[in-house]
Amino acid sequence: MASVARSDIDTAGLQSRALRWSIGGVLLLIAVAAEHGFGSLDISTFYFLAVFAIIYVPPWESVPYVGRYARATIAIIIAFTYPFFWDKLFTVPIFGAFPSVSTGVVMLVFIMMAVGLKIVVGYAGLLDLGYVAFYAIGAYVAAWFASVQFPHANVHFGAVGVGQNVPGFHISIWLLLIAAGFLTAMVGVVIGLPTLRLRGDYLAIVTLGFGEILPQIARNSDNFFGTGFNLTNGPNGITPIDSPGFFGVNYLTGSGTFWTSERLFYWTGLLLLLFTIFCSVRLRDSRLGRAWIAIREDETAAAAMGVPLMRTKTWAYASGAFFGGIAGAYYASFKSATFPGDFFFNISVFILCMVILGGMGNIWGVIFGGAFLAYLDQEGLADSGAWLNTHLHVNIEVPKYEFGIFGVILLVVMLFRPEGLIPSTRRAAEFHEGVSEEYLYDIQHEGN
Amino acid sequence: MVSEASQQPLAARRGYRPSVTAVVGLSLVALLLVWLGINFYKTPSDFIQIFLIGFTLGALYALIALGYTLVYGILELINFAHGDVFMLGSMMAVTVVGTSLFDLHQGQAWYVLWPLLIVALLICMAFCGGLNVTVELIAYRRLRHAPRLAPLITAIAASFILQNVGLAWKGPNYVQTASVLPTGNVFATHGVTYTWEKLIVLIVTTPVLLLLVWLVQRTRQGKAMRATAQDRDAAAMMGINVNRTISFTFLIAGALAGVAGLLYALYAGSVRFDQGFQLGLIAFTAAVFGGIGNLPGAVLGAVLIGLIQAFNEGLSWHAPGSDWTQSIVFALLILILVFRPEGLLGERTPEGG
Repeated sequence: MASVARSDIDTAGLQSRALRWSIGGVLLLIAVAAEHGFGSLDISTFYFLAVFAIIYVPPWESVPYVGRYARATIAIIIAFTYPFFWDKLFTVPIFGAFPSVSTGVVMLVFIMMAVGLKIVVGYAGLLDLGYVAFYAIGAYVAAWFASVQFPHANVHFGAVGVGQNVPGFHISIWLLLIAAGFLTAMVGVVIGLPTLRLRGDYLAIVTLGFGEILPQIARNSDNFFGTGFNLTNGPNGITPIDSPGFFGVNYLTGSGTFWTSERLFYWTGLLLLLFTIFCSVRLRDSRLGRAWIAIREDETAAAAMGVPLMRTKTWAYASGAFFGGIAGAYYASFKSATFPGDFFFNISVFILCMVILGGMGNIWGVIFGGAFLAYLDQEGLADSGAWLNTHLHVNIEVPKYEFGIFGVILLVVMLFRPEGLIPSTRRAAEFHEGVSEEYLYDIQHEGN
Repeated sequence: MVSEASQQPLAARRGYRPSVTAVVGLSLVALLLVWLGINFYKTPSDFIQIFLIGFTLGALYALIALGYTLVYGILELINFAHGDVFMLGSMMAVTVVGTSLFDLHQGQAWYVLWPLLIVALLICMAFCGGLNVTVELIAYRRLRHAPRLAPLITAIAASFILQNVGLAWKGPNYVQTASVLPTGNVFATHGVTYTWEKLIVLIVTTPVLLLLVWLVQRTRQGKAMRATAQDRDAAAMMGINVNRTISFTFLIAGALAGVAGLLYALYAGSVRFDQGFQLGLIAFTAAVFGGIGNLPGAVLGAVLIGLIQAFNEGLSWHAPGSDWTQSIVFALLILILVFRPEGLLGERTPEGG
């Protein structure tokens, strides 16, 4: 058991050494070929691929003590310095330029939600189709307590860059992030307690139901149940929402040419994401995380071994919700607005798609899936659609069919590589050898 | 767990103290009845009018709900794409009814209208049936032995893909249907009017439902379906072609969605690419309400949901209104799944749902 868990952490989804060398070589050849073919590539292509090769090819995991941190450290350094070199990078064929820093913020937020959802779907194996509800709660917590939504109150606490005579609640966003996380986790428990004992597909439907009800409440609560109390400002949403800030530097304005608004949001988002990933990995390796995986693989056996099913599942739900709430609050503060229209079922599936595309149990997979899909959503589809239209002489509005494209991605991945692009070895084995989804005692299936 | 008392037959419950959930549930139902009673007392003619609307809606939902229930009964899979098959069916109906070949318009003689409508109905049924079989073939068949969540995810994927097919086909706006059904009154007394449109929905729905019951209960193919639903492996050992039976089930479910599509297009008057998701979820709720996998249950649940929706949107005294329909239906779905997952007419299974 312990050895399986260990190899799951260290080599998480990385292939054999020979395969890695050959993939690295092929990529280099592609880069050389592409430079001649497309002309949009320059020396930065080689830097890019060299860095990729340094992360991917050498057998870092066999270096004692520090080896297992090497890949993560390099990746973090690159992520932190991204705002300095993103505009100097080459243009990717078909997709166009690298994502801008503000797109990067959105990507980080969505990766964070994907990592949160991965706790529920990937670790505990509970399909949650209403994750957008947690995002919504987080966003509205930020909106209520850091805007002029409630003009009769005049409460200021730690908000940077808001005048003392501005009405409404103005609590520091930092506190609100924490508050949003805990409130959302509590809502997750409240939703989870009655529903988590349902079987998988029914649970999916119930979460879907909550995911549909909450936005409708948000949309209809400009006149809260006929009392005239304006809770959410209805379909017009709540805007503007205060920005975070510290030491008198407001994120909205930034400070000088170095600490620009975008960079501040980007770096803070990155820190939040690293915190989320850290928690996620530590949770996975904890006693609780092992219980989640046991439940995912065989609920009956886990229960027989003394894993408390309800409590463990509720914890998974609450921790997933916690990060969804933080991400939602941060995103609302970044966008400085929140609208009920942001919280459709589509977004739940969008986040689910990230988890499934990348690989359900693997942190690298989810980061990749989240980054790629959020990028497609923000810039990639528009850019690649424009390329398609000019080169194939057609006129298709590619972004209009965004969710159809995500549907195709989900379908193809589920049919041909259900463990995702970068799977965890363990999860892949489950999908290929099958786990016990049959019930030990089951009247309907007796004899199966 | 759910109250033990509520799951036992009435006779056996004697001597038990009613559990808290049963009391809460029954008092909610009583409150609902009081609300309906007061509304009936205040505006009796409106009430009956709304009842007729709700019943018609319910008949429509029943056709879709049966599709969910049939597929769930045989594969234990929530076929998310079903609502979108229905949506594409209604788009097909708009196209067929609107063609110049048919030249359908208001006030046409019945001997022209009815044969053409039946042709349109058959086209829609064949189209949706074929579509549903294709969805099964592509998205579900490979995953027969995969973990249970895998086909659920492909079902969502198929739903999104079909929705975008509808978007590409008819664009993002409402498409108006040619109004061809006679609009006169069947009867009009005491302020209650019953129009032909509504009656036609029932005229089409009733024989279709009877045909379905006959098919499942009396024919060889129906027997094969029931056997496959009970135990796939044993059915295969008895010489039943399981894959073909499952395909046939999807064909039937799709054909029902086609009927619903045509009726919806003619009755509601406009269709849009995202209607399938909303109505599909309402119909799914109806199927769960009645007891998923149970054919009469689906019809009963659908009629009740239709009535709930109509009462909510139509009644004047303390009705939440159409803004809340979706929430009410989902809240109902959650309450059923939490308190009585076997539905009104379903049988309880040990896995709690």
